Amino acid sequence: MVTGIIGKKVGMTQLFLEDGTLEPATVIQAGPCIVVQSKSGATDGYEAVQLGLVESKPIRNANKALTGHHQKANVPPTRVQREVKVAKGAETPKPGDQVLVSIFNQGERVDVIGTSKGHGFQGVVKRHHFRGGDASHGSMFHRAPGSIGASSYPSRVMPGMRAHGHMGVDRVTVRNLKVLKIDSENHLLLVKGAIPGANGGYVVIRKAVAAKPEPQPQLQEKPKKGKK
Amino acid sequence: MTAMEMVEKAQLTERPRMKAGDTVRVHVRVKEGDKERIQVFEGVVIGMRRGGNRATFTVRKVSFSQGVERIFPLHSPTISKVEVLRSAKVRRAKLYFLRDLKGKAARMKEVKKTS
Repeated sequence: MVTGIIGKKVGMTQLFLEDGTLEPATVIQAGPCIVVQSKSGATDGYEAVQLGLVESKPIRNANKALTGHHQKANVPPTRVQREVKVAKGAETPKPGDQVLVSIFNQGERVDVIGTSKGHGFQGVVKRHHFRGGDASHGSMFHRAPGSIGASSYPSRVMPGMRAHGHMGVDRVTVRNLKVLKIDSENHLLLVKGAIPGANGGYVVIRKAVAAKPEPQPQLQEKPKKGKK
Repeated sequence: MTAMEMVEKAQLTERPRMKAGDTVRVHVRVKEGDKERIQVFEGVVIGMRRGGNRATFTVRKVSFSQGVERIFPLHSPTISKVEVLRSAKVRRAKLYFLRDLKGKAARMKEVKKTS
């Protein structure tokens, strides 16, 4: 039993629950995936499987290396490959096996791993939420970073100082998203809330590594303080 | 059908054709404790926002000389029924100017349905 699946972000919408509450939802085209390679403790030192995402448009210009790698498992080449862990004590799937969205259940918590949107070269105000200075009233300090350290000692900038630079296109994990709905027929997965990246981006959805328990409504009201 | 349409189509419910200027009666399910009852909100539709299952409409009424506006999600399951009582002749899609008018000035010319 594998603990994750590859998906493609379709976009965001909203979903009515039965009681009329409206939940923000992200639609993910999750799978179908095929196992391209299974890694075992004996040969690789850890248990995992490499999945390939089967897309409606097959890859046209697969190079020899990719084709050869997939030929070992006797599966057609895929555009995206990702590695996911295998549940503890469970049997490792064989190459060629299918992994479908039905590995998840409605109401379950999942983690979604993706690549965030690119923002290009950005200053410290946008990139690190620095406050910046006054816009007017004679202020000559607007969006500059300000002091980056003391002078003669240490005579250098401390490592890790937050500065301007390239923003976005990072690997981002959003944890503990609730699965709102599963459509195994059309391989669709709806999770509550936003996930990293633009529409059409590839993500990995895995079972939550640190799942939070469902919030339970308080049954008893607190006794009122003071005399009756 | 795209994946997004598939998700949104499943959410749509049957609603009467409405447009700005219509006087409607909206039957809303209200939950109080474990009891459920129907509350009616009657007023003029002053705007509609389209967009599949994200569509909403705004209803305005004057209650005890106090203007009240309520925005309903068009396909919400809490709305049990929408009745269109009257239609008025209006020349724009959003009737936000009604907020500044009151009494006789806020009247609108009725359009009789030809069907």
